[in-house]
Amino acid sequence: MRKVFGFHGGIHPPENKHQSVRTPIADAGIPPQLIIPLSQHIGAPAVPVVAVGDVVLKGQLIAEPEGFVSVPLHAPTSGTIVAIEERQIAHPSGYQAPCIVIASDFNDEWIPHSGTGDYRDLDKAQVIERIRAAGIAGMGGAGFPTAVKLSVREGVKIDTLIINGTECEPYITADDILMRERATQIVAGTLIMQQLIEPSATLIGVEDNKPEGLAALRSAAEGTAVEIVEFPTKYPSGGEKQLIEILTGKQVPSGGLPADVGVICQNVGTAVAIYDAVVLGRPLISRITTVTGEAVAQAQNFEVLLGTPMSYLLELAGYQPQESRRLIMGGPMMGFTVPSPDVPIVKTTNCLLAPTEKEFPTPAPAQACIRCGMCAQVCPASLLPQQMFWFAQGKEFEKLENHNLFDCIECGACSWVCPSNIPLVQYYRASKAEILQLRRDNEKSEQARIRFEARQERLAAAEEEKEAKRAARKKAAEERAQQAAADGGEEDPIQAAIDRAKAKKAAQVTGSADESELEKLEKAVVTTRKRLETASGKLAQARDQGSDLVQALQTGVDKTRAKLDAAEKALHDYQQANSDAPMAKAAPTDAAQAAIEKAMAARSAEAALSPAEKARAQLGKLQQRLEKSRAKLAESRDSGAEDKIIEALESTVERLSEKIAAAEQELQATEGA
Amino acid sequence: MAEFITQYPLLTALLALVSLGAVFGAILGFASERFKTEGNPIVEQINEILPQTQCGQCGHPGCRPYAEAIANGEAINKCPPGGEAGIQALADLLDVEVIPLDEEHGEQSVKKVAFIREAECIGCTKCLVACPVDAILGAAKQMHTIIASECTGCDLCVEPCPVDCIDMIPAQQEGLQTWHWQLPDPVSLEVDIIATDAPREEAA
Repeated sequence: MRKVFGFHGGIHPPENKHQSVRTPIADAGIPPQLIIPLSQHIGAPAVPVVAVGDVVLKGQLIAEPEGFVSVPLHAPTSGTIVAIEERQIAHPSGYQAPCIVIASDFNDEWIPHSGTGDYRDLDKAQVIERIRAAGIAGMGGAGFPTAVKLSVREGVKIDTLIINGTECEPYITADDILMRERATQIVAGTLIMQQLIEPSATLIGVEDNKPEGLAALRSAAEGTAVEIVEFPTKYPSGGEKQLIEILTGKQVPSGGLPADVGVICQNVGTAVAIYDAVVLGRPLISRITTVTGEAVAQAQNFEVLLGTPMSYLLELAGYQPQESRRLIMGGPMMGFTVPSPDVPIVKTTNCLLAPTEKEFPTPAPAQACIRCGMCAQVCPASLLPQQMFWFAQGKEFEKLENHNLFDCIECGACSWVCPSNIPLVQYYRASKAEILQLRRDNEKSEQARIRFEARQERLAAAEEEKEAKRAARKKAAEERAQQAAADGGEEDPIQAAIDRAKAKKAAQVTGSADESELEKLEKAVVTTRKRLETASGKLAQARDQGSDLVQALQTGVDKTRAKLDAAEKALHDYQQANSDAPMAKAAPTDAAQAAIEKAMAARSAEAALSPAEKARAQLGKLQQRLEKSRAKLAESRDSGAEDKIIEALESTVERLSEKIAAAEQELQATEGA
Repeated sequence: MAEFITQYPLLTALLALVSLGAVFGAILGFASERFKTEGNPIVEQINEILPQTQCGQCGHPGCRPYAEAIANGEAINKCPPGGEAGIQALADLLDVEVIPLDEEHGEQSVKKVAFIREAECIGCTKCLVACPVDAILGAAKQMHTIIASECTGCDLCVEPCPVDCIDMIPAQQEGLQTWHWQLPDPVSLEVDIIATDAPREEAA
């Protein structure tokens, strides 16, 4: 007899399990339509490998895993793919998610498949591959890909394999009935896992409120290395960390995994799925689901194909919708209300609960916390729920983390005992989600900061390099001049040219005081044009004579032409800027700075205006922009610009006209009001 | 020595204090040199609270310059992307009063991300220069595109675009991935504890 340990806290809610175990597992049959969500597990959603209109056989692969932490999906029965689209799924949000929809042909025709009688001949990687290919995800409720969990990392020693047959939550009996009827498969699946992990002890933990299941398992496990352990009933002993503590006395460290204390935990349903996959070669396409609650006439367990709409299953159990207050997927403690009875059964649906108003009365309004401390007494994770409640209300996330919010398993024991009916778990769930969101945001802003700083650095470095080059050039010129001066009194042609240029520049500077900017620009255009003409003439001459200088002259002409273009553009810009705004500000050096300044000016002007004025200003602005764009368009058409540019400009004009129409409407509306 | 102490107690005390002062002064002087902090540490802390959108809505070219300005006494309510939560955090850090967001610098809105309508882009590189976090990919006369995961939604690329092909679209659509549980309705907690509690105005 193995020694069992206890864990802190826990509660004893009414079990209500007897209603659904009076009859054996019933086959739910084939519904006319199956809806298979692509994400029924933790990790990346599967990717469809079939198309609408394809005919599929039972057990055929219909979606492949995407990445390591993901599982494939298989057709639960033979039929035709009628849609791959968004459908409502069993999720508390009530949102839609991508699903594959199959219309059954009711032939239930299997794809050829074969298992292996003796899996002991296979090596570990092959067995894990079979489990992965069968699409098995944890059947207990979380849905973590089983193959990932069973791939033990190098250097990690697992000494205990625990199979979880606890099923501590009230109402649910899916695992209980599985243990009663399929104990041999459970033990066989367990032995496969044992071969993979090679632990020193393999335990199946079952609460003492399931004597029939215990007896069946004991007789099935006789003569094997699997040990069946019975322990007292208490909620939530089925929680992974709680069960590990009960069976081994070891606590999983905060934020750690069971593997950190040398334990791997799997559900009994997963063990059966592994047996089916390895020995029979059948993928995971059905599961046992409990349908219970007072709103169903015949509470019982069904073997149901994945993707079966809940409404189909409920009908089989004699569901009376008028009696039912709401429909819950999972148990009364940790389940959630499903948005509609038409959502499909998935790999993690262990129970459908349809309670009446009498059974699950509307909770009384929450009252103030009276600091009775009962929640702290029952918390299985030894947390301080009332303290965390205050912090959650005040959004003090740092303190919540310091109080180990992330060790909360959301079992609902604290809410169950709370005399003030405070929905504590809901506070923790919301706070957890918010903290995770904040962490993501922080990460992103840190990333942005790093990029911003890197950019600043790069710009500064580029500026410095330019400066250094300039300095080097200047120095070289000076040295040459000195060299020339030292060489003797003879007139140096370079020095003379430099001197001339300097003198010219000086004259320009003094002259420009009374010469306007416009004149200067015009002059620049004229001189450049003249130079271009001279250069072109020389080039033509050189060509005629077949001189070697053609190449060099050609470059010279090109350069001059580019300069002329630039000068013309500068002149044109200047003229336009002058006509737009009489006092053209000195252009800010940095484009980003310029954009900021523009936006700031616009914003401050806007803030001072009334809505009608704002709308009018907006309209005026738009019209101005339209005119400008039209002018640009005409210009590029005349100059025969690329089609692409003309097209883009055309669409801009079009959009601006639309915007103007909208702005006019708005203006009318604001003026009318 | 003992004789000196008994004979000149005042002088002894004075000497003792002066020598103590000299020793401690030397230690403090050494420590201030040895453990000198580079720059103003409060700027780092402020910069960590700011959302790092680098949008310039505060009037500074980036978040760090605004952090420096705050450290030098500028108002803490000029950051619309940080919103009320950011102001609250800054007020807590600097121990100043919480003030409402300055509307002049823009309103708090949902997180956005820039989107280039690529068919209309003419490859002018003007947005590339304006982007403070290098989140736009492109080259002259080549189509540009936004690296959405790096875009901070600062809006600065919209203004320079000559063909107006940049849109600001909401960053995250409400969906299965972003959904999470909400805090319970706090109104239900204002229920009176005792049944005999009368509403305030009816109480005697």
